[in-house]
Amino acid sequence: MNVAIVGGGPAGLYLGILLRKLDRGVDVRVLERNAPDATFGFGVVFSEETLGALRDADPETHLEITDTFARWDRIDIRYQGRELSSRGHSFSAIARKRLLEILQARCGELGVTLEFGVEVEELPEADLVVGADGANSFVRGLRDFGTKVRPEGSKYVWFGTDHVFDAFTFAFRETEHGLFNAHAYPYDERMSTFIVECPEAVWRSAGLDGMDEQESLAFCEQLFANELRGRELYSNRSLWLDFPKITNATWHAGNVVILGDAAHTAHFSIGSGTKLAMEDSIALAAALARRRWDLEAAFVDYELEREPYVERTQDAASESAAYFGRIASYSHLEPIQFAFNLITRAGRITHSTLGVRDPAFTRALDAWFGGRPVSPPPAFAPFDLRGVRFENRFELFERTAFVSMEGAVSPPESTAEGWSPPKNVLLRLTHAGRRGATQPRERGIDLPLADGWRVVAPTTKPYGPFGAIPEPPDEDAVLATFVAAATAARADVLEIDMAHGYLLGSYLSPLTNDEDDRLRFPVQVLEAVRAAWAGPLAVRLSVTDWHPRGNTVEDGIAITRELAGHGCDLIHVEAGQTIHDDRPQYRRGFLTALSDRVRNEADVPTLVGGYLTTLDEANTIIGAGRADLVLLDLPDTHIERPLPPSNTVLLGEVRA
Amino acid sequence: MKLSAEVNIGIGLPTTVPGATGDLLLEWARRADAGPFSSVAVLDRVVYDSFEPFAALAGAAAVTSRVRLATMIAIGPLRSTAMLAKQAASVHGLSGGRLTLGLAVGARTEDFDAAGVEHKGRGKRLGEQLAYIRGNVDGDVVGPSREGIEILVGGLSGPAYSRMARYADGYAHNGGPPRAFAGAVARALAAWSDLGRPGKPRLWGQGYFALGDSARGEAYLRDYYAFTGGFVDKIAAGHLTTSRAIKDYVRGYEEEGCDELVLFPTVGDVEELERLQEALA
Repeated sequence: MNVAIVGGGPAGLYLGILLRKLDRGVDVRVLERNAPDATFGFGVVFSEETLGALRDADPETHLEITDTFARWDRIDIRYQGRELSSRGHSFSAIARKRLLEILQARCGELGVTLEFGVEVEELPEADLVVGADGANSFVRGLRDFGTKVRPEGSKYVWFGTDHVFDAFTFAFRETEHGLFNAHAYPYDERMSTFIVECPEAVWRSAGLDGMDEQESLAFCEQLFANELRGRELYSNRSLWLDFPKITNATWHAGNVVILGDAAHTAHFSIGSGTKLAMEDSIALAAALARRRWDLEAAFVDYELEREPYVERTQDAASESAAYFGRIASYSHLEPIQFAFNLITRAGRITHSTLGVRDPAFTRALDAWFGGRPVSPPPAFAPFDLRGVRFENRFELFERTAFVSMEGAVSPPESTAEGWSPPKNVLLRLTHAGRRGATQPRERGIDLPLADGWRVVAPTTKPYGPFGAIPEPPDEDAVLATFVAAATAARADVLEIDMAHGYLLGSYLSPLTNDEDDRLRFPVQVLEAVRAAWAGPLAVRLSVTDWHPRGNTVEDGIAITRELAGHGCDLIHVEAGQTIHDDRPQYRRGFLTALSDRVRNEADVPTLVGGYLTTLDEANTIIGAGRADLVLLDLPDTHIERPLPPSNTVLLGEVRA
Repeated sequence: MKLSAEVNIGIGLPTTVPGATGDLLLEWARRADAGPFSSVAVLDRVVYDSFEPFAALAGAAAVTSRVRLATMIAIGPLRSTAMLAKQAASVHGLSGGRLTLGLAVGARTEDFDAAGVEHKGRGKRLGEQLAYIRGNVDGDVVGPSREGIEILVGGLSGPAYSRMARYADGYAHNGGPPRAFAGAVARALAAWSDLGRPGKPRLWGQGYFALGDSARGEAYLRDYYAFTGGFVDKIAAGHLTTSRAIKDYVRGYEEEGCDELVLFPTVGDVEELERLQEALA
């Protein structure tokens, strides 16, 4: 068996080591384009979990790597002239160059052939060819792996500095061009990595698109002079880049397998690239051992083991990349909330997991949020909206009232007599529009009644298959029914339904309304209801149509601003269902990111559901300022299980 | 069959295992009905040495009295809407109301070509079919009655989950490790909640097994799924070939809230049914 590994980065070298350890009869060559001491990037980060895996895979290199590690457990967030710290995060980092030296030396001991300065121009002759040649992999291009590459996040540039940070530091700097941010961490006793990032528009406005390497370095040095404590930035071909998110449908083809950045990248802002790459090497070597060099079987094992983990990491990385892309929209948040939002940005850390790592931080957040030195978690904090106090953020009882018979979804059912409304009732005023006249929803929804009533909408297209053709609404009559319903309403919050393709929602979308001013009638209804109702007024809104020709989330944010300007106090964030064949993106918490954007970009309080099944999600969402109120889908608790009937005779029966 | 308190176990009929005879299928269904399984299920494919799913279930209906009869799944858009409704209703009627109708859009263009049906627009057509079958929009002119047909929808796309939650009683997953099932279930439940359906969807899972000549079973799987390209390796890797693997699979699915787990044979040998029963015991 002979193995050719293209690419002498951490993944390639480490795989070489593991394969020779596995079988000294195997001939392993590593082909590297550059010289042994050439390296790009400065330091790389590892987690505790990865270190454990490295120790098990090769104790010798693990010892050397950990000997030279910079370790810290703190995240510092420098924002608006304040610095907040969170502890308990266990990072380690090492100079990439030092890591490569250790791995190269170990390769030497184990008899891995290292060939430097080799430009690979065709697939090497070998029984097994490994593409460990990074994001711009040459090997990947020689076979069909179903590769997709798309940019994500903001512009960024990777520097080193001789200021030694003592924590993972996120620094934010406001300029006349917009907000810049830096990611910095130490990687040995002399140096730190220092990455500067900003949205493309900010980058252009600052003229960075026209600067050369030296000029942009000087710009960044000056911008972050405070953080750098007057120290210098060092360039290593440090150019502004777009981060490429790379995915592949498969990681193997014939006798060729790819790993590390060649197979998948994860945005630098969660610092997982090298870790994922070296874990790939471990998984691939273990699979080859288990399958006794049956390549096909080992490749499948390797992919099956790594894929779910890599996918989750890539998802988290994309969330993080998107977060830094819209960072400016969080500048109104208080520092403690800003920090909590940042720490929980990728969905991997929640209020409760942070509470385990750093109880002092969550206590401080809870105290700030609750307004008392010792406060319950954010979801239990009261919330005030137009003079009405909600005792907490999740106990809201939704009720729907159809403003008229025409506007009902289904024929009315007899309602329970004597139902006394609990506290915090949100009463939704709905006109179903073209989604009306359907069968009861136990069997399914949008199933038309055989003998339904006429439905109305600003379009003549039926909502779903076999639906009735809508007629034009009598707007004056509809308006009057909304006002009448609002006048008669008894509730803590009144909500006007402009979501999910119901009548007012269908006015708002270009998919169902050709009118130029699509807000005209919905705003008219909003203003009239506002005049008739003095309490808190919410609007339920599909902030995106989830359709290529429909409203985007940017449109949804613009609509939110308009509605807020006409007396709406709260946006109940929904998405889709404007038309029945949209392209929804369902998952746990599928509306949270939309609510975050609406709340922080339009600066309007939000209520959000979207399949939230735990109180921890509520605490995280509310604490981070992604919404003000949540609707939970709490599953039944199956803590107690029924016992089988007992055969034991009761004592009393024995006596009897 | 109940291995435990929660998940029902169904068994597939080998309708897509080449060489399976009508006699074998009927014998298989008879034994499944006599045994502990709660359902027998079939797959759907046109361009292959396989039986038509509704015809196979009609045969099974005649020789069984207890088990549910399920398509896991049938490719709805291969059939015209009224004919699909008619076939389903007929099996339902013949079996005394035991049909579970799993539907999805299908993955192979060659099946659509062979059936003379456009591949494009299949999702939209499936939506129409579901609305038609569930909604009785024909005014019950196309009988027999469809009342009580349990409808499942399969697929992993946003629109598939949305169709499931809009029109069906439950979700039909396409197989894979329990964590893959769990991921799909979270999406299905999110869709169910978003569309405001009361209660919970029924959750059906599936897997492939061969407890005798597993090499023969694997060869069949590789042939049957050759159209998926590299993905066939992953399907083959999930082939359950030991009783340990089957027990773990069942337990994994049960933990993720599966209501009915259908195990499909990859070897058309009636002994397999007994072996599965032993493995589950």
